[in-house]
Amino acid sequence: MSETTLPSPAAAAAPPITGASILLDTVTKRYPGQGKPAVNGLTLEIPAGKIVMFVGPSGCGKTTTLKMINRLIEPTEGRIVLDGDDVTRIDGDALRRRIGYVIQAGGLFPHMSVAANIAIVPKMLGWSKERIAARVDELLELVSLDPDRYRDRFPRELSGGQQQRVGVARALAADPPVLLMDEPFGAVDPITRQRLQDELLNIQSELQKTIVCVTHDFDEAVKLGDWIAIFNEGAQLVQYDTPERILAEPANEFVENFIGSGAGLKQLTLTRVDEVEVADAVVARPGDLATDVLSRMDAVGHNHSVIVDARNRPLQWLSRRQLGRLERVGAARDPRLPVVGNRATLNDALDTMLVSSVGAALVTGPRDTFRGVIDVDTVMDAIGRAHRHARTAHAQGRPVGVNTGTLEAVQASGAPGVPAAGLAGPERTGE
Amino acid sequence: MTDFLVDRIDSILFSSWQHFSLVVQCLLLAAVAAVVLATLVYRSPTLSALVNGISAIGLTIPAFALIGLLIAPLGFGVGPAVIVVAFFAALPILRNAVVGLTGIDQSLVEAARGIGMGRVRTLVRIELPLAWPVILTGIRVSAQMVMGIAAITAYALGPGLGGLIFSGLSRLGGANSFESVATGVVCVILLALVLDLLLVGLGRLTTPRGIRV
Ligand SMILES: Nc1ncnc2c1ncn2[C@@H]1O[C@H](COP(=O)(O)OP(=O)(O)OP(=O)(O)O)[C@@H](O)[C@H]1O
Ligand SMILES: [Mg+2]
Repeated sequence: MSETTLPSPAAAAAPPITGASILLDTVTKRYPGQGKPAVNGLTLEIPAGKIVMFVGPSGCGKTTTLKMINRLIEPTEGRIVLDGDDVTRIDGDALRRRIGYVIQAGGLFPHMSVAANIAIVPKMLGWSKERIAARVDELLELVSLDPDRYRDRFPRELSGGQQQRVGVARALAADPPVLLMDEPFGAVDPITRQRLQDELLNIQSELQKTIVCVTHDFDEAVKLGDWIAIFNEGAQLVQYDTPERILAEPANEFVENFIGSGAGLKQLTLTRVDEVEVADAVVARPGDLATDVLSRMDAVGHNHSVIVDARNRPLQWLSRRQLGRLERVGAARDPRLPVVGNRATLNDALDTMLVSSVGAALVTGPRDTFRGVIDVDTVMDAIGRAHRHARTAHAQGRPVGVNTGTLEAVQASGAPGVPAAGLAGPERTGE
Repeated sequence: MTDFLVDRIDSILFSSWQHFSLVVQCLLLAAVAAVVLATLVYRSPTLSALVNGISAIGLTIPAFALIGLLIAPLGFGVGPAVIVVAFFAALPILRNAVVGLTGIDQSLVEAARGIGMGRVRTLVRIELPLAWPVILTGIRVSAQMVMGIAAITAYALGPGLGGLIFSGLSRLGGANSFESVATGVVCVILLALVLDLLLVGLGRLTTPRGIRV
């Protein structure tokens, strides 16, 4: 089965894609006793090794669509194709052992230890005891839980975030190519949620699974998704595109409403500080003569100077006026220095610079070494550029996503190359 | 009283043992039957409600009446005794088993199915272990209840301590009649306590640590 052919994730610098592509082929689900289908003729392509986020209003059929992928809900019509194989008719339990499944709050079995929870699928697949034990420890490490400490605990002895991590570990146990998640971080507090999201991205950059994730939270979709599928009632696909393009070019008013206010601000979470150009600064060291520093500032026309320590870590950020009062630069460290890391989002950077007195922030790289200065203009530039880029980008390799029989949805998200803008169809919300 | 006890210690002990063994065996039979029946019905709300109704009504049938009814087809002896005791023993267990199985967080069942556990495996590995504390509570209630009912079955000449009580009652006022009734009643109470302790111990041993309260 799947575990035999997978290369070790540590083998190469650029990790190989271990995920499988998924195709929902004109899939329909009618629940008994309901007039309208919950999912109506949906064709959706999910590329291998990518994270696809499902968003949409409550009851629009996200969970139903997700559960049809592992046939926890059997489609009424249509085919499910996994990595080229039609899996619509094969044994459902065997299929589900090849697909990881994570639900809200982890869904851990309270009567089993953490290790036993993780070991369930490998056991069903007939792995040896030693192999299972080694795998459990490996997975606990992967989700940042110390195996010795947590292996023998029971779920109720874990925090919500830890339970969720074990849930992810359990889903990854047999190294499935596909991971399905239904509002996985819905039950944890915002700070834990953010941490878990970051961790999922880290894990994904290592494993390159195909992840399909349902969420209520559009910001989460923007943060995690390579592609976002926005659904309306009856799993009508309204737009299926990259977060950048959805933010820059919402297909219609429904999507605009869904994005909510501040689409521009949301774009800030898409760009990291190390992706924009930072400005140089006049750098000085403790013990330098203040007049020397001032004359260097005059030469380049700067009003501030950054003081760094022997290891190049920023200590102070002095204005002309502050320097004018000194004879020599001091070695004290200013605790309120506005500093952002390389990997921070522009959102974080903007936040930091808005509260700093200078209206800008210092950027640090590996080991907290000083890299440069980022200011509001840099951020505005980056937004403008991202916006233009998203508009002109020829959505290359865009996966297919359509509902049969609804021209509007086809136009809004289908045929590559057809600009989606201006197609706000008849189905407007709130009118 | 002491004379009565000393004279008949052997027969009292023997009756006690018979009584205890009848109750435990019937309890075992009832528990298996009730759990099997519960697993057959718990998925259907209608059937579950029906079963709960039956067990509620069943408990209102006077044990005495049921024995009387069974004597006609089955005659006297162990047969009717076992049937009556097991019947009453099954009712609280059945109810608790249905309640325990339907009360399981459905997201756990979904998680089990979602990672590829089949229906049977989900039932055996997830649902029954999670429902077990509730089922065991049903068994304890049942054990207390049928200790008394087993005494009544002595009417149908079944084994156990009922003989002491009924022979005493029928001769009330006569020699040793009070001693006979008192001994029977006290022994039933003692046996009930012992069995309950054993069941509590069983609960300790069989309830997974993760769901122990
Ligand atoms: N088991 C079921 N039986 C009948 N109808 C169902 C069932 N499950 C879901 N539905 C209906 O199908 C539609 C889609 O439900 P689904 O659970 O897929 O929505 P969702 O997008 O996941 O919503 P939410 O965001 O609230 O979780 C809803 O109208 C719902 O009432
Ligand atoms: Mg849902």
